Amino acid sequence: MSTSWPLWEVFVRGKRGLNHVHVGSLHAPDAEMAVRNARDVYTRRNEGVSIWVVPAEAITASSPDEKDPFFEPSGDKVYRHPTFYAIPEDVPHL
Amino acid sequence: MVDDLAARFEHTVASEARIEPRDWMPDGYRRTLIRQIAQHAHSEIIGMQPEGNWISRAPSLRRKAILLAKVQDEAGHGLYLYAATETLGADRGELTEKLIDGKQKYSSIFNYPTLTFADMGVIGWLVDGAAICNQVPLCRTSYGPYARAMIRICKEESFHQRQGYELLMTMMRGTQAQRDMVQDAVDRWWWPSLMMFGPPDEESSNTEQSMAWRIKRNTNDELRQKYVDMSMPQAAKLGVTFPDPELKWNPERGHHDFGQPDWEEFWQVVGGHGPCNSQRVAHRRKAHEDGAWVREAAAAHAAKARRSQEGVA
Ligand SMILES: [Fe+2]
Ligand SMILES: [Fe+2]
Repeated sequence: MSTSWPLWEVFVRGKRGLNHVHVGSLHAPDAEMAVRNARDVYTRRNEGVSIWVVPAEAITASSPDEKDPFFEPSGDKVYRHPTFYAIPEDVPHL
Repeated sequence: MVDDLAARFEHTVASEARIEPRDWMPDGYRRTLIRQIAQHAHSEIIGMQPEGNWISRAPSLRRKAILLAKVQDEAGHGLYLYAATETLGADRGELTEKLIDGKQKYSSIFNYPTLTFADMGVIGWLVDGAAICNQVPLCRTSYGPYARAMIRICKEESFHQRQGYELLMTMMRGTQAQRDMVQDAVDRWWWPSLMMFGPPDEESSNTEQSMAWRIKRNTNDELRQKYVDMSMPQAAKLGVTFPDPELKWNPERGHHDFGQPDWEEFWQVVGGHGPCNSQRVAHRRKAHEDGAWVREAAAAHAAKARRSQEGVA
């Protein structure tokens, strides 16, 4: 009885200059309908200027159990963050 | 191993961080969430009916456009919430089947009839108002997708409440007959609105565990008190009264005292014997079944388009 349409993950660009951000998911028979439905469900109040829909099954995610080792490479590279560098306070615009 | 995972879960919840779909969680937590979010989603969807009833009879184009937008929002709220249940492994089609088979519940408030256009205003003011009271704390609920859905919903609910209050202010500036209509609607909706917070704390079986898991953030009675305190000045400004002789300010408590709703009636309505239960579910069933050919045709069209694309490639 429940002929289930595939699941799509929806990403919306809030305004020009911003990344697309995941806002939720929905079911639709195809990509075109998924975009239309995403517009009606997730952008009724100008929440976005651009929508991506991605078949949920096409997404590969890191698993939470691997979390620590997986994200470790960034953990020990503190020099990637601007606050790693001590700059005298009287140097402007830096 | 499970102890490890359980400890991590407890720690995440206790530190006010969010549980996300791929995290380990206790079965009871998952089950409770699916039940609560599904019930909430069903309420949004069934909640379209009492107001949908007046769209074709709205007194002006302005009111009609507003009502349409509100009812469309409620459909959206239902969809955000069904999507949240699916991150827990539920199937939306199955949840709909459970709703129309009467195996899952929705808020009892939507089993009352909407008799006049003043009900559109009172529903926005009191019913959406009570929903907001319930929902604002849920923006901090421990399950991430549910909390995010609630944030979206709460942003939209404020329009719902304000349009209702504005509608009532307009009617109160009208004729005596219109003012009477507003008061009559308030009299009918006040007690069912108080019931929206659920049974008194000592009768609410799920509250304790849900609070410990930080699914629920306040008890039913706390929220009910907050709602009464918030509604009183709004009623005074509007020029209506609530049908409760016990309702008065208590300076010692710093809150209003108020009477208890008829809990017998509440359980009757929850049990399926309210004024509109069978009508609401029958209508939802009909809409679902009448839409079956559309769902099937869209799926067939998509499959055909895929095949011909593959054929070309
Ligand atoms: Fe809603
Ligand atoms: Fe609403």
